[in-house]
Amino acid sequence: MNLRVLYMLLAGVLVVWVLLPIFLIATLAFSDRSSVFAWPKGLLPQQFSLETIAFFFGVEGVWKAIRNSLTVAAMTLVFSVLLGAPAGYALARYRFAGADAYRLLILMTRAFPLAILAIPLAVQFIQLGIYDTAFGVALVHTALALPFAVLVTSSLFLGIPKELEEAAWTLGCDRIQAFLRVVLPLALPGLAATAIFAFVISWNEVFAATLLTLRERTLPAFLLTSLNDSPLPFRFAGGFFLIVPALIFIFIIRRYLFTLWGIANR
Amino acid sequence: MRSERYIPYVLILPSVLFLLFLFAWPLLEALLLSVRGSGGQWTLENFQRMAADLYFKDALKYTLLLTVVIVPLQVVMALGMAMLLGGISRGRDLFLYVWTIPLGISDLAAGIVWLAIFTERGYLNSFLQGIGVIQQPQLWLSYETPTMIFVAVVAAEVWRATAIVFVILVAGLQLIPKEYSEAAEVFGATPWQRFWKVTLPLLMPSLQVALILRTILALEVFAVVVALGGRNLPVLAGEAYYWYNAYQNPGVAAAYSVIILGISVVATMLYLRLMRSKREGAA
Repeated sequence: MNLRVLYMLLAGVLVVWVLLPIFLIATLAFSDRSSVFAWPKGLLPQQFSLETIAFFFGVEGVWKAIRNSLTVAAMTLVFSVLLGAPAGYALARYRFAGADAYRLLILMTRAFPLAILAIPLAVQFIQLGIYDTAFGVALVHTALALPFAVLVTSSLFLGIPKELEEAAWTLGCDRIQAFLRVVLPLALPGLAATAIFAFVISWNEVFAATLLTLRERTLPAFLLTSLNDSPLPFRFAGGFFLIVPALIFIFIIRRYLFTLWGIANR
Repeated sequence: MRSERYIPYVLILPSVLFLLFLFAWPLLEALLLSVRGSGGQWTLENFQRMAADLYFKDALKYTLLLTVVIVPLQVVMALGMAMLLGGISRGRDLFLYVWTIPLGISDLAAGIVWLAIFTERGYLNSFLQGIGVIQQPQLWLSYETPTMIFVAVVAAEVWRATAIVFVILVAGLQLIPKEYSEAAEVFGATPWQRFWKVTLPLLMPSLQVALILRTILALEVFAVVVALGGRNLPVLAGEAYYWYNAYQNPGVAAAYSVIILGISVVATMLYLRLMRSKREGAA
C-alpha cells in the first residue's frame, strides 16, 4: 500500500480516537433521560432533547459552583499575569546575579506534585481565614500556573527587539511609558494566550479546589463531591459542560501551544 | 545607570515571595504535619496509621502500576504521532489541532467521558452486544472487577494526557536542524536508523521534560479514578483526600502527601541521572 495513504489512515484513526468520546458525551448531554439509560445504545443520538442539560442546570448549587469557578479562574488569570509577566520581562531583558537560581526555582516547582500541597495549605488557610474562599483556591491555582506564565512571557519579551524600547527612550519616554506604549501592544496577543492558559489550568483543577472548599465549591469540586449520589444524566451533562470552555480556549490559543511548550523545554 | 541594577530584582521579587509562601512553605509544612502528633510532639504515628490502613498497600500498588503502564504508553504513542505528523503534508494543521484538543480537558471530565463508555448501559457494552459477544449488560466498574477499572483509567488517561507529551515532543522536534537527518540519509541510513541514531538522541531533552512532567502528574492521579471507580481502585492521592475530608485527619493525609512527594522526587532524580549521559553524548 502507498505509504502516504497509510499515514493518512493512521492520522484519521487518531482523529476518531480523540473526537469519538467527546461526540458520545455530547450525544448523552443532549438527549432525554430515557436515551441516557437506553440499552443497547446506538452511535447516533435517538432524539435531540435539552432535558438532561436543563436538569443539570436546575440542580441546586450548580450555578453557584459555575460562578465560583469563573471567579477563581479570573483571579488566577490576573495573579499569574501580574506576578509572572514582570519576572518574565526581567529574565528576558536583564542579566543579573541570581537569574539562573530563579530559573531553577521556577523549573523545580514543576518537579513537584503541587496540587498535593493543598493538604498542608488547607490547615494553614483555616488559621488565616481564607479557607473556603475563592481567593484561597485562586492562590493555589496561581502557584500551578505561575511557572508557565514566567517562562512564556520571558520568551515573549525576548522576541521583541530591545532596540524598539531604546528608541522610545531617546524620544523622551521614560521606562514605564516605553513599556506601556511600545512593548505591551506587541506582547499583547502572547500575554492573552498566557492568561487564557492560566484560566484553563484553574478551570480544570479538582484536587486542591475540593480540599480547600466546603460550601464555596468550584464546578469540578462540586461535581466530584456529588459524583457518588448523583444520577448518570447529571454526571454526563456536568462532564460535557466542563469540556466546552476548554475546547474554545484551546482553539483560541492553538497557535501559541508550541511556543508555550517549546520554550518551557529549555 | 547605577540605579538600574535593582530593577530585575524588583521585578522578580513578587513571584519569589509568592512561591516561597505557596511552594516552599507548604512543602515544609507537609513534612512537619506528617511527623507531628495531635499534641504537637514528634511522632511516626501518622505513618504507622497510614501503613496499617487496609487501603494503603493497594493504593501504593495501583498508583505505581498506573504510572508504569500509562507513562510509557503515552510516550510511545506521542512519539508515533509526532513522527506521523512529519510524514503528513496535507491537513497538517487540522490534525495538529484535533490531536491537541485533549490538552484542555480536565481529568475529572475525562473520567466522566469514559464512564459513559464503560458504565453498565454504556457504549462499550452496547458495542459488545452489537457484535454478539454479550447478551446482557456487563458490570465493568464494580469492586469485583478492579482490573477493568484499571483498564478504564488507563484508557481515560491515555486519551486525555497523551496530547501534552505530543506537544512537548513536536516542539522539541522543531528545534532539531533538518541537516542532521539529511546528512545521515546521504550516508545511506535507513529511515529506521535515522530515527534511532539521529532523531531520538537529539530529542532526549524533550523526552526528559515530558517523562518528568507526566510521571509526576500520574503519581497524583485522582479525579479520573474517582469518577470511574470511586474507592474500588484506591490510589495515593485519593487516600490523602479521604483521610483529610472524610476522616478529618490532616496528619495521615499529610503522610500520604509526603509519600507522593517522595516518590516524585526519586522519579525525577532517576530521570535526570539516567538520561543525562545520553544527552551529553548527543550534544
